[in-house]
This record gives sequence, structure tokens and C-alpha cells, in this order.
Amino acid sequence: MTKRILLAIGVVGIVVGSLFPFIWFLLTSLMSQRDIEAVPPTWWPSGGLHFYRSALFDHQLTDYMLNSIVVAGSTTLVALAVGIPAAYALARLKLPGRSWIMGGLLCISMFPQIAIAGPVWQILERIGGLNTHWGLVLPYVTLTLPLAIWILASFFKELPTELEEAARVDGCGVWGALLRIMLPLAAPGIFTAAILIFVYAWNEFFFALLILTQPEQQTLPVGIALFQGEFTMPWGELAAASVLATLPLVLLVILFQRWIISGLSAGAVKG
Amino acid sequence: MADLELRNLTKQFGETTILQDISLHVPDGSFTILLGPSGCGKSTVLRIIAGLEPQTEGQVFIGDRLVDGLSPKDRDIAMVFQHYALYPHLTVRENLAFGLKMRGEPRNVIEPRIEEAAQLLEIHSLLDRKPKDLSGGQRQRVAMGRAIVRQPKLFLFDEPLSNLDAKLRSSMRIELKRLHQRLGATMVYVTHDQVEAMTLGDTIVVMEGGRIRQVDPPGRIYSMPADPFVAGFIGAPPMNLLEGSLQHHGSHWILQTDSVAIAIPPVKGPTPIEPISHVALGIRPEDLRLEKSGEPATEIEVRVEAVEDLGSDLILHLSIGPHRLTMRTHPGRCPVEGTTIPLYLPHDKLHLFIDDRRADWA
Amino acid sequence: MTQPAIDLATTPQTGPRARARWLDRLQAWWMIAPALAFTLVFALYPVIESFLLSLQRVFLAVPSLGQQWVGLDNFRLLVQDPVVRQALGVTLGFVLLSTALEVALGLAIALVIHEQFRGRGWVRAAALIPWAIPTVVASQMWRYIFNDQYGFANLLLFGDEVARYVPWLASPGFAFVIIVLADVWKTSSFAGLLLLAGLQVIPHELYEAAKIDGATLWQRFWHITLPLLRPAILLALLFRTMDAFRVFDLVFVMTQGGPGDATQVLQFYGYKTLFTEGRMGYGAAISVLVFLTILSLSLVYIRAVGSRLLEREAR
Repeated sequence: MTKRILLAIGVVGIVVGSLFPFIWFLLTSLMSQRDIEAVPPTWWPSGGLHFYRSALFDHQLTDYMLNSIVVAGSTTLVALAVGIPAAYALARLKLPGRSWIMGGLLCISMFPQIAIAGPVWQILERIGGLNTHWGLVLPYVTLTLPLAIWILASFFKELPTELEEAARVDGCGVWGALLRIMLPLAAPGIFTAAILIFVYAWNEFFFALLILTQPEQQTLPVGIALFQGEFTMPWGELAAASVLATLPLVLLVILFQRWIISGLSAGAVKG
Repeated sequence: MADLELRNLTKQFGETTILQDISLHVPDGSFTILLGPSGCGKSTVLRIIAGLEPQTEGQVFIGDRLVDGLSPKDRDIAMVFQHYALYPHLTVRENLAFGLKMRGEPRNVIEPRIEEAAQLLEIHSLLDRKPKDLSGGQRQRVAMGRAIVRQPKLFLFDEPLSNLDAKLRSSMRIELKRLHQRLGATMVYVTHDQVEAMTLGDTIVVMEGGRIRQVDPPGRIYSMPADPFVAGFIGAPPMNLLEGSLQHHGSHWILQTDSVAIAIPPVKGPTPIEPISHVALGIRPEDLRLEKSGEPATEIEVRVEAVEDLGSDLILHLSIGPHRLTMRTHPGRCPVEGTTIPLYLPHDKLHLFIDDRRADWA
Repeated sequence: MTQPAIDLATTPQTGPRARARWLDRLQAWWMIAPALAFTLVFALYPVIESFLLSLQRVFLAVPSLGQQWVGLDNFRLLVQDPVVRQALGVTLGFVLLSTALEVALGLAIALVIHEQFRGRGWVRAAALIPWAIPTVVASQMWRYIFNDQYGFANLLLFGDEVARYVPWLASPGFAFVIIVLADVWKTSSFAGLLLLAGLQVIPHELYEAAKIDGATLWQRFWHITLPLLRPAILLALLFRTMDAFRVFDLVFVMTQGGPGDATQVLQFYGYKTLFTEGRMGYGAAISVLVFLTILSLSLVYIRAVGSRLLEREAR
């Protein structure tokens, strides 16, 4: 009985605690300026979609979104293209120093951004990557590779070796076995990795702020962080922009909750 | 079709030796079984033949061609795996076609071959299903079909029936045998199941501890085991083995164990002056007799410890001193547990091993 | 037959077999080469370069000065810099407080979403929402909630007594606590997921056996769950500590390090020095400080969990 009561408290706590700030912002985004400025603040919105229109068209939110889609999308594609063969080789082929490479990758995923920021900026300046999307994708791929490789390697490791051997007897080389047999079977793992990479790249702020200094190139987090009004803080537009920036992620979470959870804990307590 | 030759294969894994000096010739069209307990290296031999693992030393020839260093796809072999290894994302038809497609065969070659294999294995109705919708036996057939369509020089089987239930296993055995007869292909088959080995193979290679113990046709493996290991491994219940030393008293030959002396027929070779140690005397459970017949035999006194009635057979657990003997006989006269009875060891059924090698009677 | 120039240390041999094995290995290297290239160029080289930069004087604004080797001057400056000392204290305080709260709260979350109940998928999704929301957005939300005029916090505490409204983020103590709160909200669920994975590998029979032995709910938690969850807890602590050290987005959006230097964390100070002031050498020295602090901390943790993790990897 105690267990049921505790569980109920826990469930309510998790749902309310997790959602309340977001819902408050959601309500704000639907308010009118008068609702927001009401003293004391009001609870219930009456502004309709006014702030959304204003955020999208007066505050260049469409540009930010487009930039984010381009950056997060290409980061995902490149990180997978680079990470899949690497994970396969690390999981399945006999590589000396395998565990060192895996451990090294884990370390890199923990680097503080500041420890590499200066030199990364210098490299990008030298090769003309500042204020370009590809210039941002390069460090993003580097920083998402460790997670991608860990997830993918743990998926590859669980596929039966026999299938790969059968493919090799049937006439595939190493690449053939990977592309024709292992890849379709590891699809759930690849999908999981893709979601996590995408979320990372969609949310990343530090490097985006550093590398993209011109508004036309900036991504959503930079846009939202630097959100300015003419005189006062435009909270309504900001809330609307935040909701729009978050919506794709909320959808991903609702649809793919199971994959995300398995992916985030991959390699953590496996085996 | 081709023959297969292994020359002095060894395989080491760090300090551990997995295979030691394996040489074997598998003639064209032969069905050769690699038989042995788990860990004896039989699967490693198969995987080296397939090119899935490199050997440390020695050579593999498939049809006079040295295949060392060639990847599996270039060896012109097909393999049936223990867990079938059907590609789960492909239909049965695509599974069958995969190997041919990888080799760039055109559709008009692939289609008839699939037809042919499907007919042979009676899997026509399954062609458009995915592996997960098949039963164990059906998967097994598809796995064999995948090998057949390739028309390879050499078929390799890695314990293909070990995941089937007993009934299905025996029917698949018969089918495999029939298949071999129809295709006339060279097949190498790994198993730890002696019934499979005895019924399927025309040659059995018994392996243990990374070495080949005996290469012979099934009948000969059974009737003339080359060493005590083979003698004990083949046959159920296993052959009775009494260990001791060989002595020569007057005109009598005697096997002296710790506590029992058993008279045996004369042994070929010079008469020993000193007792020869490390000798084992063997006799199969079905060769023991409860009654004296005309042929020469040794009589011993044994105590009946337990009797198991299997219906068709009677298994008697007997003891002589500290030694245990197992006997298989027909139901009928059943000795009483706890009594002491005479037991006859017919001389022409006795096996003698000196220094782990088969010795001949004079 | 060309002889491959490779050392096959364990079994020296030649011939086609050696070549085949060599080709196999070469292929494996080809497959990880791009990943290694990315890592070398954009992670390893920059770290080393940061170390070198920290020994030089470089002003971005005055390129004519060039790069001058100054030995440990930057680090001497670092030791005397009161802002660095302040930032180090704030950062360590933030890391300790937020990590402890997150792992504790994460454990509670994990215990709840590990249970079987109807609608569990939805609760799990709800728990994931804070993880998925961009940190920048989360920062703006909390900044708005603690806004002095329109904020929900004031509304909740003081209703319409506008005179009592508190400008939370303008107060050094509150600002620090709010940043911790926002971080705990954002990342507890991630800690919870790591712990959930740990819970899932505890065999169910253990709980049934304990029930038969008469253990209460609390006793089962204390004597079974907690001891068996230890590796997962250490892992969650490791991940959270490393990540808390990198706190930047929250501070940038909510306080810009203020009021005063109350929320000045190292990574933010380093960022300002490097890119606002353009003092590359001194900024690099700060980044080296951050890097070494994290490295030494992670070594402590890895002694506890990491070696086991690597062993599992090696198998």
C-alpha cells in the first residue's frame, strides 16, 4: 500500500515538475501583451497566436529554424556516415587497442568546450569556416561521434556473428557485410543514435555562439539566447519562439521515448 | 565438386594451442564428419577451411588450389551455420538469391536455381516469407537451400541439426543423407552427436584436444577404435575400459588392475619380461555374455549392482572389485540385484590398448 | 609476393596468409580513420594547442604583437586573479550541489519509471521533456519564472502584493540557487535514465526472495537496490560531474555571471576572456585550468568505475 502511495506521489511529481515550466511558457506564448504586463500576472491567456506571428516574421525565427534544420540535419548525416563504419570496426573487427580507442572517445565526450574552443576557432578562421554552417558541423560531428560510436557499437555487438560470416561466405567483403546485412539489422540503433545526435546539434549553444556571429547564419539557441526587443524584453515573442524551438524535440520524445532511453543508457550498464 | 586437403594445420591463440598438426584428405564426393566433444577444435577446422579464421601454420587446398589468404567469398564454398544465419530482413527467396547476387549472377541464372532448390527441399510455399515466420525445421531447410543454390565446390556444415528437437533431427538426418546422394557433392560436417556421425558420414574424423584421433568409415570406428578415447567416445553406453598392466605368467596373459586379474588371449609381438604398464582392456556393453557359449571366453565373477529395464533392452550395472561394468542385453533372463553371477568376456570381442594405442591379438 | 612491412608480433610469418590478415586489419583501420581524423583535428589537437597557447601572449585585437612565448606568466596571473578564485569557488559549489541533487532526484525518478503501471510510457516521456528542451530555452523559462515583475515565482509566493515582489536574479544568493535549480530541473532525468539502466539489471527474484524473508519496502531499497545500484550511481555521478563543470548556457542567458561575480563560472569567464576580450593566451590558461580540474576529478571516478567499464569493453 505504501508503495502505491509513494508511486502515485512520484508520478505526479515527475509529470508536474517536468512539464510545469514549459506549460507556463506555453501559456505565456498564447497571452496578449496586456496579459503579460498585468500586475499581478494573470493565469489565463487571451492573446491567440499573435506572438507566434510576431516571433516568426518580425524576429526572423523562420531563418533561425531553417539554419538549425540545416546544421542539425547535416551533423546527423555526417556523424552517422563517419560513426557507423568506426563503430562496426570497433565492435566486430580485430583491432589492436580497441578498448583504448573506446575509452579515449569517452574522455573526449567529456572535454569542456572551453578547452578546445580557442584552437577550434583558429582552425576555422584559417580554413574560412567561421560564420558558415559547415564550420559549425565540423566540431559538432567531433563532439557527437563518441556517443554515436558507443551506441552503435553496443548494437553491432549484439547482432549474431554467424550472419556476418554467412554474408562473407556468400560473397561479401567487409564493407558488403556491413552495408547489406549489418546495417539493416542495426537500424534501431542507427535510428537511436540519429535522434540523439540531432537533439545535441539542435540544442548546442556554446560553439554556435562562437562560430556564428552573423544573424543570418545563427541557429535557434543563439537566436533565443540573444533575443532582444526594442525597449523591453519581448517575453511573449520569446515564449512563442521557445515553444516553436522545442516542439520538434517534444514530438521526438513522445514518439521515440523508448529508443531514446535505450540509447542514453547504452554502454552505461550493459553486460 | 572438388576434394579437400588439409596439410599440417596448427592454430594457436596466444599460448593456447587449439589445433595441432591436422592433416586430412577429403576425397571428391565424400561426406566427411568431424566428430568430437565440445572444445576439441572441430569447429575451428571448419572455420579455417571456410576462411573465417586464419590458421597459424599449414595449408588448405580445395580442389588442388591453395586457398590460404583467400577470403571466404573467393573459396567457392557454402556453409550452413548452427543457428542457420538467415538474414532476418530478407525473404526466403532473397536469402536464397543473396549469394548468387553477390557474385553478379544474372536473374535468368538465379531464378531457375532457386526453383530447383525449392523443389528439392520442398520449401516452395515459403519463398515469400521472412525467416521469423518459419519453424525451426523450415529455417533449417532454407539454410541448406542457400548453400545448394550456390553449387559450390564444397559444403561445410557447422552442427546444423543441434537446434532441432529430437524427432525433427532424425528426419532431417535422413533428408541430408538423401541430399548428399543426389548432389554427389563434397561435404564436411561438424557435430558432437555420434548418432549423426554414424548415420550420415562415409568417413568419420574423431577429434579430441586439437588432434585427430582416428579417420575411418563409421563401421570401423565402432569396431576397431584406434585408442581408448575413441573407444569410450563412440557407443552408448560407452565401452567398458579396465586399466592396469599387462603381464605374462607361464603361458597365460593377464591384465592386472589394482585388485583384479583377468585372463586374456595372447598378444601379438614379443613376450614381455617385465609387466607392461598403461594398458587398457575394453569390451562393449553389448558384447558381454551371461552364458557360456562355444567360443573362447574369460569368465569373471561380478556383482549385480542395478538393473535398468528400457523395454527393448536391459542395462545391467555390474561391479568387479572397485571396477564398474555396464552390460546391455535383451530382456529375458534378468539377474537379481545384489547377487553375484558369472560373466563371460568373449575373446574375439576384446579390445586392447597399450600406451593409448590399439594393440593386436596374436 | 611482396612482403608487407608490418609487425605481427605474436606470430611472425610471411606468405599469403599474413597478407590477408594484414589487409583485414588495414580495412578495419580504414573504417575508423575518418572518425579518428575528426577526433584528432577537432578535439585532440585543440587541447594540445590550448596548452601551448597558455604559454604565450596573444591579443586577438592587436595582431601586430604576434605570438610571444611568456612561459608560465599566464598561470602566475591566474593564481593572482581574484575573479578566477571566485569563479573556481562558484563552479565547485555549483558542481557539488547540482550533482548531488540531480543524482538523488534522478534516483527517485528512476525508481518511479522502473515500476510497471498504466501510462508508464507517458510518464517516461514527460520525464524526458526537460532533457530534450534546449538549455537555452530552459534558461529563458526559468529566467521568466523568476522575473521580478511578471514571474510565476512572485505570483505564487506573494499573490498580488506587488510591493513584496523579489528581483530574484539580482540577488547574488538567489541567482546562484536559481541556476542550480534550473540545472537540476534540466538534467535530473538524464541521471535518472542512467540509474534506470542499473535498476533493470537487478534480478527480480532478489526482491521476491527478500519479500519472502519479510523485508519491508524500505529494507528492500536499502539492502538490495542501493548496494546493487552502486556502479550505476557512480557512473551517474561521473557523467553529471563532468557535465556540470561545463555549465555555460544557463549562466550566459540568465545572469551573464552576475550579479557581481556571484554566478561567474569558469567556462563563462574563460569564454569572456577568450572571445570578448580576445586574450587568447590568458583564456587558454583558464581553459587549461578547467581541463585539468575535470581530468583529475574524472581520474578519481574512473578509478572507481571506469576501469571496469573498459574491461567490459575489452571483452
